[in-house]
Amino acid sequence: MTAFTFAQKAIARAAGLPQVDIGTVVEVEPDRALSHDNSAAIMRIFADTGAKRVRYPERLAITLDHAAPPPTTRHAQNHAEIRRFVREQGIRHFFEIGRGICHQVLSEEALVLPGQLILGADSHTPHFGWMGAFGAGVGRSEMAAIWATGRLWLRVPETLSIELRGSLPEGVTAKDLALHILGRFGADGGTYLSVEFAGEGVASLDVAQRMTLANMMAEFGVKNAYLPPDEKVFHWLAVRYARRTGVGPEEALAQVQKDALYPDAAAPVVARHVVVLDELEPLVACPHRPDHVLPLSAVSGREVHQAFIGTCTNGRLEDLAAAAAVLRRTDGSTRHITVPLIVIPASRTVLQEAVAAGYVQTFLEAGAVLGTPGCGPCMGNHFGIPAPGEVVISTANRNYRGRMGTRESEVYLSSPAVVAASAVTGRITHPAELEAG
Amino acid sequence: MWQKRFEGRVWKYGDHVNTDVIFPGKYTYTLARGPELAAHALEDLDPEFARSVRPGDIIVAGVNWGCGSSREQAVTCLVEAGVQVIVAASFSRIYYRNAVNNGLLPIVCPAAVRAVEKGERIVVDLEQHEIVCRKGRFAFAPLSPALREILEAGGLIPMLRARLAGG
Ligand code: SF4
Repeated sequence: MTAFTFAQKAIARAAGLPQVDIGTVVEVEPDRALSHDNSAAIMRIFADTGAKRVRYPERLAITLDHAAPPPTTRHAQNHAEIRRFVREQGIRHFFEIGRGICHQVLSEEALVLPGQLILGADSHTPHFGWMGAFGAGVGRSEMAAIWATGRLWLRVPETLSIELRGSLPEGVTAKDLALHILGRFGADGGTYLSVEFAGEGVASLDVAQRMTLANMMAEFGVKNAYLPPDEKVFHWLAVRYARRTGVGPEEALAQVQKDALYPDAAAPVVARHVVVLDELEPLVACPHRPDHVLPLSAVSGREVHQAFIGTCTNGRLEDLAAAAAVLRRTDGSTRHITVPLIVIPASRTVLQEAVAAGYVQTFLEAGAVLGTPGCGPCMGNHFGIPAPGEVVISTANRNYRGRMGTRESEVYLSSPAVVAASAVTGRITHPAELEAG
Repeated sequence: MWQKRFEGRVWKYGDHVNTDVIFPGKYTYTLARGPELAAHALEDLDPEFARSVRPGDIIVAGVNWGCGSSREQAVTCLVEAGVQVIVAASFSRIYYRNAVNNGLLPIVCPAAVRAVEKGERIVVDLEQHEIVCRKGRFAFAPLSPALREILEAGGLIPMLRARLAGG
């Protein structure tokens, strides 16, 4: 009997092979192929291949999220071209501007399921590890090749196991866990690896926390991330699968579970790391690297000029709830921000739920700006680009020099509650430091 | 015919050079291909590069070259600038794939990276699997046959075009 990693099992399934060896290159047929505003560029490469029709149009999913609504004529032309292509090719899973960020939308629509293999023309595709799917990023040419043939080469990666023990203390988030992993093992600590989480600590994380963690493994250099799916995950997906397809609850639950994969206990790994969740504290990534991580206490008091809550890492309802809780005093009054705070929900669904829960009211009362669900200023396209010399505190995943559109600006990364507290004081601030009440 | 030997002048960079400084995100939806890409190559890392790069120049870099975004222009902007080879101590995964798929040769050779200096001329020899520089010769592992096939075809798309045309 041989023991296999999650990555081996998922790639074997997608390659239609009984088993695959680590290090070999195989051709897979992805269950889902994700692209976004970059679909216009992919279309041009697709035309270059000589193919006329997308091989499996029903497997594609396209969102308009990265520069949406379009900030310039050029961006608008891209969107118009994509819409035309979507109609011509009969691509059903197309999401217009305002629907939300690709990773969030495909999760909410249950368009990816546990055990499936999704390739995305986006580096945060390891996001789908939150549900135990195999998600990996690819380039635009590769996406064009998938459109044309339905297939792509993948090398079966080695696996790094990270065991999570215990549970996160009060005030410590999945963002802090992701930053801890980056700070401790370095930005290339997961390069090319399938990073497979294990241990009882996984069960203690809710769905939103799992998304944050798997999503940010992109900054760790991973090929894919994996958290073993459990009842929480199946239930979350089944409700959404039923909503999209119209099947009954039992059928939906059966569908979302049927391809779930779990690594064998004796599967070969290159290393086993252990993270004790109870020992973690709030962390901040300092300019200009996501693995330049310091305890919040070491940087608190530094001046900031803008705060940003959103992105595929931290733009979910739970994130907005944490930020709103910081802005709302126990007597029901609202704290006021002293530097601009931009809040961009990860999806329209998140926005609707945040309105219903009163969080949006809190943000607006506090003086925040609300943006269209999408990527916002995360990669410097629009909606909150900093001026030269300005310092931003953000819930995003990357703080590389120039990432938000201005080379001479600095970006700190933290959890939503810390960003909200910092918007109140204009300095990097632990929420507990705000005056009582 | 696929080139087996590359000789060129070195631009040397450090560790963890990310795709945002190789090709800024703000251009990714407005600039897709063509010579205009080369004008922004390494814009936020080394403004001198785009001004003075010459066809045949070789980039030599530390660990984790190309980490960050999946944007393919971080490869194609260098191809447009005439770079055919990058020698690094290691590459990020997507960058490595994008390089192969666009016919840019990624060579992993930490020892050569330590030895080579900015501005010197080096030779990358694919027959001998070695890099020849002022401080000596350094061997690197041969490319896997699957990747070699893509590079020999000039990249993934030319390979696919040939395949689709051939039925
Ligand atoms: S929110 Fe940022 S990291 Fe996420 S998909 Fe959009 S641009 Fe990429």
